[in-house]
Amino acid sequence: MEPSIATSIGKIQLDKPVMLASGILGISLDVFKRLYASGAGAVVTKSLSTVPWDGYPNPTIFSVKGGGWINAVGLSNPGASNFAKMIEPNQDIPIVVSLVGSIPEDFETMIKQFENCKVKAYELNLSCPHVAKVGLEVGDDPGLVKAIVSSVKNTTTVPVIAKVGLGTSNYLNTVSTAIDSGIDAITAINTVRAMAIDVETKRPILSNKYGGLSGTPIKPIALRCVYEISSQYDIPIIGCGGISTWEDAVEFFLAGASAVQLGSAIGDNWIGVFDEINKGILHYMERKGFTTIKEMVGLAKKS
Amino acid sequence: MQRNLNHPTIVTIEKVIDETPTVRTLVFSDDIMPNVFPGQFAMVWIPGVNELPMSVMISKETGKAAFTVRKHGPSSTGLFNVPVGGQIGIRGPYGNSFNVKEGKLLLVGGGTGLVPMMRLLTFVKSTDDVTVLIGAKSKDEVFFEDLANDLLINNTHRVIVSTDDGSYGEKGFVTNLVEKLTNETHFDAVYVCGPEIMMYKTVQSAHSRNIFVQASLERMMKCGVGICGSCCVGEDLACKDGTVFDGEHLSTNKEFGHFHRNKAGILENY
Repeated sequence: MEPSIATSIGKIQLDKPVMLASGILGISLDVFKRLYASGAGAVVTKSLSTVPWDGYPNPTIFSVKGGGWINAVGLSNPGASNFAKMIEPNQDIPIVVSLVGSIPEDFETMIKQFENCKVKAYELNLSCPHVAKVGLEVGDDPGLVKAIVSSVKNTTTVPVIAKVGLGTSNYLNTVSTAIDSGIDAITAINTVRAMAIDVETKRPILSNKYGGLSGTPIKPIALRCVYEISSQYDIPIIGCGGISTWEDAVEFFLAGASAVQLGSAIGDNWIGVFDEINKGILHYMERKGFTTIKEMVGLAKKS
Repeated sequence: MQRNLNHPTIVTIEKVIDETPTVRTLVFSDDIMPNVFPGQFAMVWIPGVNELPMSVMISKETGKAAFTVRKHGPSSTGLFNVPVGGQIGIRGPYGNSFNVKEGKLLLVGGGTGLVPMMRLLTFVKSTDDVTVLIGAKSKDEVFFEDLANDLLINNTHRVIVSTDDGSYGEKGFVTNLVEKLTNETHFDAVYVCGPEIMMYKTVQSAHSRNIFVQASLERMMKCGVGICGSCCVGEDLACKDGTVFDGEHLSTNKEFGHFHRNKAGILENY
């Protein structure tokens, strides 16, 4: 049998296992088409809020001297309603809609606005590390996680993913609360709260001072989290954090992820990175005798 | 450690040139920025203010580059007000550059859109016949006319200024001149940078006559490297696919000349 890189994350089926992570380029349908044509298995939108957000002033993104990126874009987005109108014509591209909010009603309101859109899944951003009252502040509150996931699951039949990150509480509690509340899959992890100071001007570079670290430096951390989650829970996982090569992707499969997301690698290598990783995975599968991604998922735990 | 081009490098402003009451050129020394290609830009951090995409201006002095800024909003005014000795951070260079053709060339610049045109002039061959059009609102706002003439001293050339109010040079929009000149003369290439409507009309004038034309687009930018998506123009990213685009490509882009995105990413009319 010929190997195939198609994968399923629970009920979510994808032709290719490498997705565009939230926050990256996810703003226009024309760009989504281009990313899909470049080999992305699905595109995750920017995290959308109930009303448009401008985000923070620049500097919002720059590279760290040792590698990786720090950003505090501040979740700038056109708002769920504007965004839903823009993607309404879409039929072909698997779009995962990322949502950010503070209370269950925020999420319910937004999901209703996507009624006429073809949505592959919703991804709840419970882990943005640099905006008050949303993201990690929600993810760190088990009561709120439970209320939001339960209400979203009651609002839609579309699969719902929770994106978790490293906050002030044990992220595994967020994972277990989300699973108990009916979540369909987990994306792990988000950027890691970080900062950089310019020594010449003696001040933080980001206008928001704090941001999130992404890219190669956080890959071993993200991999550890995926391995931990898959060791403790029976839940489909999407690995995210510092993936830039096929080897990185395969590492995440072996740790227990059924698919991966990337973003920073586009800043380093542009959008050809999707196809490059897809080809590398396929070549690895041929070499090792795997015919499906599923056969690889979690294999490292058995060794 | 090797310089990380995506991390702000601090440079010190060594000279400030007042070009007009609202336009200044800030000169600094650097290893990389003096040698960028025309159309390329840097992300310029004004500590405590903001970070802006700026086309890299030439300097007559070796080893130096500059930014020419018009004070407009709080961020550009912040850069305008950086004094000699003041520090700014620079990332880049980013983006592609103009495809420099040979023969009869027409360069069209409006306001600080003249910056990449001045750098382009340093790349023309002495055998090229070069016409430079400078568009400005009024006499007070005309700059780089002498610089363009100086840079073209060894070329067959003309530098034509047009002001909207007719207070200097020809009267009217520079795009009327573009239409007239492209009708009279077959240029081998047309290059334009300035307000979007000016670029849109210039591209139309040239492209409809099958003249090779390129425009350097301006959009709001955050990352400069193609990840934030702020600068998308239809399917194109101004920072990564541009800033320079062929007229042929632009004529198929639904947003060019009509829409730009605001801070939240919502399309707004020009």
